[in-house]
Amino acid sequence: MKTLLLITLGIMMSAPDFISGYKVGDTARDFSLKNVDDKMVSLSDYDNAKGFVVIFTCNHCPFSKAYEDRIIALDKKYKTKGYPVVAINSNDAEIVPEDSYQKMIERANEKDFSFPYLYDETQEIADTYGATNTPHIFLLNKENNKLVVKYIGAIDNNYQDASAVTEHYLSDAINALIAGKNPEKDFTKAIGCSIKRK
Amino acid sequence: MKRKTSLLIFFFFLLNTLGAQQIDVLKFSELEPMLHKQNDTIYLVNFWASWCVPCVKEMPAIEKIAEEYKDFNFSVLLVSLDFPNQIESRLKPFLSKQNIRSKVILLDDPDFNKWIDKVNPNWSGAIPASLIYGKDFRDFYEQSFSYEELKSIIHSKIQEL
Repeated sequence: MKTLLLITLGIMMSAPDFISGYKVGDTARDFSLKNVDDKMVSLSDYDNAKGFVVIFTCNHCPFSKAYEDRIIALDKKYKTKGYPVVAINSNDAEIVPEDSYQKMIERANEKDFSFPYLYDETQEIADTYGATNTPHIFLLNKENNKLVVKYIGAIDNNYQDASAVTEHYLSDAINALIAGKNPEKDFTKAIGCSIKRK
Repeated sequence: MKRKTSLLIFFFFLLNTLGAQQIDVLKFSELEPMLHKQNDTIYLVNFWASWCVPCVKEMPAIEKIAEEYKDFNFSVLLVSLDFPNQIESRLKPFLSKQNIRSKVILLDDPDFNKWIDKVNPNWSGAIPASLIYGKDFRDFYEQSFSYEELKSIIHSKIQEL
């Protein structure tokens, strides 16, 4: 009885009611979402990928903007090593018109995104993954034909200034996967704009 | 005539200066004591930014309630997460335009994983977020408030004083 109470308490404390979605170790679902080139993209399209850097982001958020160049650099660096970036915008364009599909196309062209930038119009993927902020990273690793969540959180520890970063959470996590290890730090908080839910 | 004009200009300049809020730029260690005051006041500490749509939306409600309870032991602190290089170009114009009277500070501490849990362990990192606390209670809200919602919380806390 005492054990049961402790377990119940433990669950209550570790799972605040407003955070759901994936935790590190969970199996992530695939999706089929429309890219800025009007084609549908699924993770299963990538035969040679060892995993994915799924990034919930958007056009308007200053944090997302501050990270755009860093995301492009990450994609270029890691897609050759099997971990491409897949960016997803889940914001409701009714609330933030700057995050509409049309504006996504414009932004992707302006910045010459090297990765797909997908529109999660129904917000189903953000809900399933439990993405709350932009940018919000979910690093996935292919293991026995499953996509296992290996890291959730921020890209690094300085959104203002890339040159002042002292902890590269995401790169460190990908490097660990490449080395066949689990990331040492597998969760951080991704401060930023909230994902604008319908 | 010329002198009158320059006096007038000077007067407007003075008014402007008085109206403009001085924004202190703080590290988290400097902000932290403001989250733990122990006296008979109720504190609302709101984390926001001028570019954050839902934050801006709730700002009039916060300001209205601050005004309504100005004669009570109720204190509002608006902690801006605006970028420090946008204080003059963006934050200050926003504050004057919206006529924000509550105290505003800018938290310039981008390594947020070092401090966010000290505000509240359940905070995902999204804004707006509000800490409402007093001597015997400490509540954290990761949401945008409507006037009615915030008013009923503040009202009930003030009644308990």
